[in-house]
Amino acid sequence: MEARKLITPKQPPQTQKFTFAQPPDELTLESGEKLGPITLAYETYGTLNQEKSNAILVLHALSGDAHAAGQGGWWEKLIGPGKGIDTDKYFVICSNVIGGCQGSTGPSSINPQTGKPFGLSFPLISIRDMIEAQRNLVDSFGIEKLLAIVGGSMGGMQVLQWMGSYPKRIRSAIPIATTMKHTPQQIAFNEVGRQAVMSDPDWTKGDYYGITSPAKGLALARMIGHITYMSDVSMTEKFGRRTRADKEPFKFSADFEVEGYLHYRGDNFVKRFDANSYLYITKAIDNFNLLNGHGLADIFEKLKAKVLVLAFKSDWLYPAYQSQEIVKACKLAGVEASYCEINSTYGHDAFLLETTQETQLIGGFLKAVSNGNGNYS
Amino acid sequence: MTKQTHRIEHRVISDWVSFGASILDLGCGDGELLSLLVRNKQVYAQGVEISDQSIQTCVAAGLNVYQQDIDIGLTEYSDNSVDFVILNQTLQQVRKPDFAIKEALRVGKKVIVGFPNFCYITDRFQIFFRGKVPVSPSLPYEWYDTPNLHFLSIADFKEYCKKSDITVEDEAFISNSYRVNFLPNLFAEVGLFLLSK
Repeated sequence: MEARKLITPKQPPQTQKFTFAQPPDELTLESGEKLGPITLAYETYGTLNQEKSNAILVLHALSGDAHAAGQGGWWEKLIGPGKGIDTDKYFVICSNVIGGCQGSTGPSSINPQTGKPFGLSFPLISIRDMIEAQRNLVDSFGIEKLLAIVGGSMGGMQVLQWMGSYPKRIRSAIPIATTMKHTPQQIAFNEVGRQAVMSDPDWTKGDYYGITSPAKGLALARMIGHITYMSDVSMTEKFGRRTRADKEPFKFSADFEVEGYLHYRGDNFVKRFDANSYLYITKAIDNFNLLNGHGLADIFEKLKAKVLVLAFKSDWLYPAYQSQEIVKACKLAGVEASYCEINSTYGHDAFLLETTQETQLIGGFLKAVSNGNGNYS
Repeated sequence: MTKQTHRIEHRVISDWVSFGASILDLGCGDGELLSLLVRNKQVYAQGVEISDQSIQTCVAAGLNVYQQDIDIGLTEYSDNSVDFVILNQTLQQVRKPDFAIKEALRVGKKVIVGFPNFCYITDRFQIFFRGKVPVSPSLPYEWYDTPNLHFLSIADFKEYCKKSDITVEDEAFISNSYRVNFLPNLFAEVGLFLLSK
């Protein structure tokens, strides 16, 4: 252990850039439009082995970014040396999605043709476009087959799309707290968020770069989002009916702690996220439908991977039955699948917070997959 | 239940299961039986289990396991979709054993059932002489903390199969580490049955 530490001194992970789809070889998007060049921001942790057989692709949710591990990483507790996704053993890649605003090409990027930010001239993107971009990144490492793909929420949708689009390029898949398609309730919450952004006068049809960004609208969208990520129990435990010390002399000030929390979350989000990206990504999530024109039985028929599906008991935004549907599709296709409904009160946020149980399940599963344990081994 | 009884139980089940068969173990616990069947018979194994801890153990063992309450049925499985459905040491703990057996027989071409015999001789002694509900290696719980909801004997189960038109293809009776052939309802701790429609 000591020797290894000397060889690889602790370095903070650095976000890198990968650019591809240079004209005239642009990426044809699901919408039929072409986009290129495309840049993806990504981080890697651990070392790719000689056989290139230990790579795990980690996929982030709506507001996530490439910084999954290391200090401040969104899955810091799960990814790292000796952790559930053990970077002493595995080579982990996490990339920001296209359409995003954290280093990857999105509506806030400069359109090379005009020299100005894309704004609403950015084409609509889909979950499939996101994984096409990632596939290019994976190819650039010369990785033929990923040991695993892991992601929660929108990250889980990308996992499912990988399972459907590249069934031969993955040895295992872990979709967490996700669905094969949004229900009207899920679409409804996203639409309210989008309307909050678009009704902000500063949004000006998406052409606000360099002027004033629609901070109020985006913050409101995030506040609504946060309500749906928690649960009745988790909010009661976290806030109760406690009131804030610094009350303002205004009748409708945010007196309760829960109000203050939502304001804080909303205001913070605005500092790191682009309003147009919010519109594009939530739309990609709503439009996602893995079953589009397929039956449940044939969606994974070419898949030879082992699958671990995780859901959380208190998650009412992505209820467990949606995860069970994924397992059902696997079973119908004869795909090896396991399902666990983790006991948690955190609501949808549980996939980021219940890292102890995830460590047990994901860590154990990855070990079994990389050792070739179980059926047909 | 002693380790030896478990071992013999598993050996009997393993003998009944055909090579390369598909298996659905309802209430698979930590997956010991499934792992054994994967090793010995190269089966395609699936388990159903309710306990979080057991699910973690199964997943780490590379088994396919599904967290579910058996009492809600096996709706995601079509008729005759599995070669063997196993209900080993599970039946006495489900709310509706009749429903569980019928579901198992619907999904499985064959069904293996194993349960502790409530009329084992030492259990009878405890009731008769001590006037107490039996606590024994095969029924190791006190009345107030037992997961067992139903108590049945080998004779009860045979009568049930007859009444329900279920074919008993084979049976095995075990006590400690021995197979019991003489008066099993009296001398066997565990009864195992291979059933078909």
